[in-house]
Amino acid sequence: MENKNKVSILTNGLIKENPVLVLVLGTCPTLATTTSLVNGFGMGISATAVLICSNIVISLLRKIIPDNVRIPCYITVIAGFVTIVQLIVKAFAPALDESLGLYLPLIVVNCIILGRAEMFANKNSVVDSALDGIGMGLGFTLTLCVMGSIRELIGAGTIAGFPVLSRIMPGMSVMTLVPGGFAVYSFIMAFVHYMTEDKSKIRNSFGCSDCAMQDNCVDGSGCANKEVA
Amino acid sequence: MGKYLIIIVSMVLVNNYPLAQFLGICPFLGVSKDKDSATGMGIAVTFVMVLATAVTWPIQQLLNKFGIGYMQTVVFILVIAALVQLIEMFMKKNMVGLYKSLGVYLPLITTNCAVLGVCISNIDSGLNYLEALFNAFGAGVGFLFAMLLMAGVRSKLEDQSRIPKSFRGVPIVLLAAAIMSLSFMGFGGMFS
Repeated sequence: MENKNKVSILTNGLIKENPVLVLVLGTCPTLATTTSLVNGFGMGISATAVLICSNIVISLLRKIIPDNVRIPCYITVIAGFVTIVQLIVKAFAPALDESLGLYLPLIVVNCIILGRAEMFANKNSVVDSALDGIGMGLGFTLTLCVMGSIRELIGAGTIAGFPVLSRIMPGMSVMTLVPGGFAVYSFIMAFVHYMTEDKSKIRNSFGCSDCAMQDNCVDGSGCANKEVA
Repeated sequence: MGKYLIIIVSMVLVNNYPLAQFLGICPFLGVSKDKDSATGMGIAVTFVMVLATAVTWPIQQLLNKFGIGYMQTVVFILVIAALVQLIEMFMKKNMVGLYKSLGVYLPLITTNCAVLGVCISNIDSGLNYLEALFNAFGAGVGFLFAMLLMAGVRSKLEDQSRIPKSFRGVPIVLLAAAIMSLSFMGFGGMFS
């Protein structure tokens, strides 16, 4: 039973609670960095590294951090790890740093990371939190890779730089630009809806009632998806 | 003066944050359900962007002076969080009317990537203080503009029965955003 639980924590993030497609968190980096497979993968791995580290540290500190200043504490921990990742990428993968640009420091405001800290890491053990970080991170990376491949394939006719379609047809560069990002995201999400076929699960809005953080939500302060109307 | 006008127009139309640069997508999708909340959120974001730039730009100069420019991310996010909290407290006490109309949006802004984004990109593109302030103002107005347009489009999407089942909810909104951003691409090259 214990083992089964650990496995389910790990696989939760992959499909059932996929942060991008089901929880609709972290949309900005998802759309902005998936112009190609390599960029999407780079962003996914960077965010995963931050997510795992911050989940572990926050879980370790969960009994020390006072409840009413927890959000600033989480942000500080996350910002620290983002800076570390930023420096590592700059040193070892300058090309990736160039193409991710502004979105690398913006991992700090990625709702997935703060969301998992608030939803999971602050009330679960260190091992579970690490597993949750790995699962969620992999789900995020996988989605970014799928989106990146589709946009690169149609937009430039290549996958990870290797020519696939470019000999048969010219690339439709609009796919690698902003509209293509929105459209591919929309179609993938519709596909997930179609595959799950569970009509009760289809979200009609971003309201509080279907928010993944509602268990912890007191008055919605600090929530980007708060239902205002 | 002309230079500042160009900065504002290019931030509103050509480099519109949600529609051309993928910044601030969460509130763009989440709070654009009706015109009133879209306007409130847009004005609050503009306000915070200008103030945050006014504070973070000198801080970056200070960080550079001490040779710890790499602390940018940590310092900026904490400054923005503290600033938003201060504005909220100040408004609650001294500007009750304004607080009632904008107050609810303020806490959401800390985690809005457009605010941190504008602060960092002002530094990265080497703007001077005045240019940075105009840049932030233009980014905010552009965000407000996109929010209002989106709220208008979404009011036509109320009746979901004509939409294919799989596309109901979030996907159709994203598709509408795709078409909007396609039309905003028409502004590209206006100031090249």
